[in-house]
Formats: sequence, C-alpha cells, structure tokens
Amino acid sequence: MHLHKYEKIWLIFGVGSLVLFLLVLGVSAFAFGHQPPSHMGKVDSQNLAQDPVFSNPGVTQINETTYQATIIAQAFGYEPSVVEVPEGSTVIFQVTSKDVVHSFTIPETNVNFMVTPGHVNMATHTFNEPGEYLVLCNEYCGTMHHMMQMRIEVTPK
Amino acid sequence: MRQSNLALKDYQEEFEMGVDPKIKPLSMIHVSIAFVAFILGVFGGLIQGLARGGMMQLPSWVTYYQILTLHGVLLALVFTTFIIFGFLFAGMSRTHGAFSDGLRKLGWVGFSVLTLGTLLAAAMILTNEASVLYTFYAPLQAHWIFYIGLALFVVGTWIEGAVLLAHFFKWKKANPGQPTPLFGFMTTATILLWIVASIGVAVTVLVQMLPWALGLTNEINVVLSRTLFWYFGHPLVYFWIMPAYMVWYLIIPKIIGGRLFSGSLARLAFVLFLLFSIPVGFHHQLMESGISEFWKYMQTILTFVVVVPSLLTAFSIFATFEQTGRAQGGKGVFNWIKKLPWGDARFFAPFMGMIIFIPAGAGGLINASFQLNAVIHNTLWVVGHFHLTVGSTVVLTFLGMSYWLIPVLTGRRFTRHANRCGIVQTWLWAIGMFFMSGAMHLLGLLGAPRRTAYATYSDHPQALQWFEGIFTSHITVGVGAVMLTAAGVLAFYNYIYLAFLAPKGETEFPMTPDPIDTQQSPKFLENWKLWIGIAVVLIIFAYTIPIYEMIVDAPPGSPTFNNLIK
Amino acid sequence: MSKSILSKKQSNLSTQEENSSLKGTFIFVMSIGSFILITWFIVFFIFVGRI
Repeated sequence: MHLHKYEKIWLIFGVGSLVLFLLVLGVSAFAFGHQPPSHMGKVDSQNLAQDPVFSNPGVTQINETTYQATIIAQAFGYEPSVVEVPEGSTVIFQVTSKDVVHSFTIPETNVNFMVTPGHVNMATHTFNEPGEYLVLCNEYCGTMHHMMQMRIEVTPK
Repeated sequence: MRQSNLALKDYQEEFEMGVDPKIKPLSMIHVSIAFVAFILGVFGGLIQGLARGGMMQLPSWVTYYQILTLHGVLLALVFTTFIIFGFLFAGMSRTHGAFSDGLRKLGWVGFSVLTLGTLLAAAMILTNEASVLYTFYAPLQAHWIFYIGLALFVVGTWIEGAVLLAHFFKWKKANPGQPTPLFGFMTTATILLWIVASIGVAVTVLVQMLPWALGLTNEINVVLSRTLFWYFGHPLVYFWIMPAYMVWYLIIPKIIGGRLFSGSLARLAFVLFLLFSIPVGFHHQLMESGISEFWKYMQTILTFVVVVPSLLTAFSIFATFEQTGRAQGGKGVFNWIKKLPWGDARFFAPFMGMIIFIPAGAGGLINASFQLNAVIHNTLWVVGHFHLTVGSTVVLTFLGMSYWLIPVLTGRRFTRHANRCGIVQTWLWAIGMFFMSGAMHLLGLLGAPRRTAYATYSDHPQALQWFEGIFTSHITVGVGAVMLTAAGVLAFYNYIYLAFLAPKGETEFPMTPDPIDTQQSPKFLENWKLWIGIAVVLIIFAYTIPIYEMIVDAPPGSPTFNNLIK
Repeated sequence: MSKSILSKKQSNLSTQEENSSLKGTFIFVMSIGSFILITWFIVFFIFVGRI
C-alpha cells in the first residue's frame, strides 16, 4: 500500500487533530476534574422511602456557599419541584429515579445528565446570576414527558 | 506514480456480468418495502415538525410519541435495512455471478422472517402498544409481540447475511489465488460487522426484555440493557454508512467515467470500520451513572480511531474526482470540477450526501468528545446531527443509487424525466435539511430537548426563545420538514415511475473495474479470521470489566412500566 | 445520460498521462480538517464558558 504525498500530510494532520482533541479532553477531565457525570452510587428505586438519603429530598446547606440538592425524578416531575438558593451558591445535585429513565437538565449549563433507576447521578453548578432556572427532562419517559420540569430559584443577595 | 486510477488498458470490459434475472425479484421487493417505509416515515416526520412547532394539533387518537416511534423505526431500521439488502443482493450477483438456487431460496426465507418481524413490530406501534421510540429503553415496556418482532427482524437479517457471505466464500473457493472483487470484500466486511454488532441487541431483547415483558422475570437491569443496546447502536450507523461508502467507492467512479483511486486503501478503510466501530457504544452513554470515567474515556479514544477510515475515504473519493476531471481535460487547481457530471442525478444525489457528511462528521466528533457531550446530550443538536448523517448522507446516496438500481431490476430505462426529478429532489432535500438540521443544531446549543412534544414549560423565557428566534426556532424546523416532505414525495414518485411506468429497456448497473493496484493488494487484508479475532479482542477489552461490574454490582432491578406509554 | 457519452468518457481515460495533480483534493481535505478543528473548539469553549 503506497500513500500519496498529499494523503500522508492529510492523515498526519487529521490524526494529529484527533490526538489534540483527546489530549485537551483528557487534561480537562483527569487533571482539572471536568469529568462527565459518572457516579457509581446505587439505590433501590422501588423503596426510596426507606433510603437514608432519598427518603428526605430537598436542599441542605453544606457550608457558606455550598448546598446539596437531593432530588427524585419520577413520571412526570421532580421532588421537590422548586429549589431555592442565594446568588453565588454552588449546588451539588444528586438525583435518582423512582421509575423509568429521566434526565436532569438545566438548559444552557453543563448540568445535563441521565437519571437511571437504581443509580444516583451527580453534577455541580455555581449560580452566579439570580433568576428562575428551568430544569427539564430530555429523555422520553412517557406520554406526559414534555410536561416534566422543575425550577431553581436563585435569589439576589 | 503507482496509484493513478487511470488504466493503461481498458480491462473492465473483459468480464461484464449483469444481475441474474432470478435474483431480481428478491432484490426488488426489498427496495419496494424500503420505499413504502420511506414515504410513511417522511410523513411521520412532517407531522412531528409541525406539531412540535405548535403549527398543528394532533388528533386525539394518535400521540406525538407514537408517531415519533413510527418515524424512527420506519426510517432508521426498515428503510435502511431493506434497501441495503436489496443493493447487496443485486451487487453480489453482478460482481460474483448468479446465486445458486439453494442460496436464493434461503434468501427468500430470510426476507420472510425479516418482513414478518417488521409487520409484528409495526402492528404494535400502530395500536399504541409500543410507543417506546426506536431505542426502546427499559424500563418503559412495550407489548411482548413488539420484542418478538424485533428478534425476528434481527434473525431475518442474519439469514440474509449468511446467504451473502456464503455466496462470497463460494466464489473465493472457485477462484483460488484471485484478488477478490472489491464489492464482495466490502459486502463481507459490512455483513460481518452487522452480525457481530446485532448479537448485542439480540441478547438484550431475548434474554432481558422478552422474559420480562412476558412476566417470566420481575425485574430488568436497566444500565445493562442500555449498554447492550449501544453496543449494537453505534455499529448500526456504520451498517448504514458502509453500503453508502460502497456506492461512493465503486459506483460513482464509473458514473463519472473514471476509476477508483486506490483499492488497497478502500479495503483498509472497511477493515478499520469492522475493527473499531463496535467497542465505542459508551460514547452514547457518556452522561449516565454506573459506568466509570475510565471506561468512558477508553471508548472515546476508540471512537476517535474510527474517524480515520472516514479521513481516508474523503481523500480517496476526491482524488478519484480530481483524477477523472483532469483526465477529461480539466485544468488548474479546481477547474476540473466542471468536468464532473453535475446534471446526472446518479452522481449528484450521492455527491450532495458527501458534502453534507462534512458538517455531519464534525458534529459527530463533538458528540463523542467525553465531557463536551454535556453541552448537547439529548438536545435537538443530536437530532440535527443524525438527520445529516443517516438522514441526508445515507438517504441521498441510497436515493441516487435507487435511480439506476430500480430500472436495472425492473428492466426499464432511467429517463431524462426521472433524472430531472432526481436533481430537483436532491436540491429540495439539501435545502430543506439546511433549514431543519441547522435550526436543530442551534436550538440544541440553547438546550432545547430532543424527543419532546410541543412544550413551552409553563412559558419559561428560555423555552419561549426556542420559538422566537429568526432562524433558531422550532418554526424553522417545521419549514424545513415541509420542504423535506416535498422532496420525499418526489423521490417516492420516482420510485413508482421507475418501477412501473418508465419505458422498457436496458439500464446500466454502474460498477467501477477494480483499481489498478488490486494485484498488489496486500494478502493480509483478506484475512477475515484475523480481523474478526482483533475485533473480538477489542470488544472484550472495551466491555468485559464494565459489563462484569454492571452484572455483579447491580442495584435492585426495575419492574415493568407499561402504563406510562399509553 | 446516454450510453454513448459514457463510453466516450471511458475511452478518453486510456490516453491520459499518469502524473495527474491532486492539488485540488489536498486543498479540499485540508479545508475539511480546518472546519472540524474550528467547530470542535467553538463547542469546547462553550463548554468551558458554562463551567
């Protein structure tokens, strides 16, 4: 197999770009912690009422600016349906599903992850602007899937 | 230069075979079912586009998600699979001689099983017993007959695949030492890929979903079923793209009056697809729990490797164009482009598909980029993406192919009239897709969800802006859908015309003679045992540990949720 | 497309010289590569901007 000179240059350029992408992604993820949401925690999706964490969904303050939001996704809504935090807060979301596969998605942020029954998934976001943030489900979960939503109220300081 | 695609002597005439008349009905019935699925699927898409944009209200007896399921199944599974097998049966007969009576009969058996499975699944979707979308993620549950239909569908493709493989290896036995025709090589790679990949979906349907839907088991392991689905789901897209590449590599050079740039590189590209398109399914599951970052990153790397054969293809195809254009007197850096047959729909439709594959490929790289997936995961961006890949590149290539394949099979002529329809259809499709897919990509960056009926989320400003943009709007998506439907109707008209109305006569089955470097093609490229072995090793590497953990360390399973879809 | 045009094209081929330029192809594929690089980094910076 003989490669044309131009084809060699093209392949070096192309494969070089791919390697560059992988390096940028790898460094960002493994050195700076920008990993895709891949939490390994498990729950019994049919008995969340007995679960030490998910029996009591809601917001708890961890320190001055950090909050933990524990949320249950179910057809066709979230529990709780509103979360309130002050401007500038960093919120750690931990979400699981009571029934089928859902997502927990805040449009125009990097919070966009799948919620599969039996597993807990997590993401962290800092809310620097006050306002009413929309949370929606972007995985088909049944006839009323398009109604599934909640809000994050970020109050001004 | 060794690689010139220009023959010193024309040896393509020495061995011309037609398509065996006995295989024509089998090939044609595949194409016909593909076109019926195509037009129904296109109208499903139109309804979705209008309903989602708030321009139309659905009647009470049908749901958005039912139509969405139908649209996905008809176009992504039925249209593609049927037209691919129709093409491969005709092409293998053209390049490797007539099928034996036994193999042809087995082909009909495979077709019957495939069609029965399709009808069972379609019946369940139409009666709203299976509005689970074409990914049928558990624990949403369809009627058990839907899963039987899926299983029969897969088994049917296995039987048909076995017929094609048997025909190829029979030829090899009868022609020892001869370099195999490229068409047979590529068909074999495609079918092997399909068989290895579809084992995943067969396992999840037969072992997990069917017993669970029948009530024999109470629970299902959700993450495992999703993993098995995507083990199949990504190579599925290569099962669509490889036959499209066959058209580009083998048919287009002949139509433009040239010959393929390099046979060895074409073979290498197909081997790389076989090796690297399977152990990459996690790039569809980057945003989910229960799979560790390490294994997601490993499969991201493997995903990037499978880009390489497409880089090779881009060069090979355009080098073929340039050499042909220059051979026909084209000069300058780009003037040779004028020599290409722009007025020929058999060339122009696939060419448009190639051009559209550039933004499609760039988008695909972004989708597979590990944490970047959070920006676009399950947003309309993804829908825009695959309407470029399968919905334009593959569809336009297959439509361009059908314009000569149908008259070859029906003994009619590809007329000027049909050609003109083909050109108009291609432009309409490309422009409609620019609007629809372009708007979908941008809406996706603004977070608009995919697979979601008309919704303004209690008039949240973020959701309302998805309807208010000048271009970035659900309205643009609807406008594009209308244009695409017009193109689809024209394509279906062309099918009816070429199948039943066009004047009787001869149409050429264009097939490029094997390139001049065929004799020097390295022997190891033909070593199928080696390639299957490496493919299996890569799959074992990429999947064993994560799947082991999913099974051994599984959370309590999920019961059925069939009430949510009705 | 009539058959006679096709066969005429075919016969032209054999008279052509071997060393044809691939400059157009090279420029074409390199622009594809540049397009991929640009779009990828656009989305990468969207991601970084949303952290």
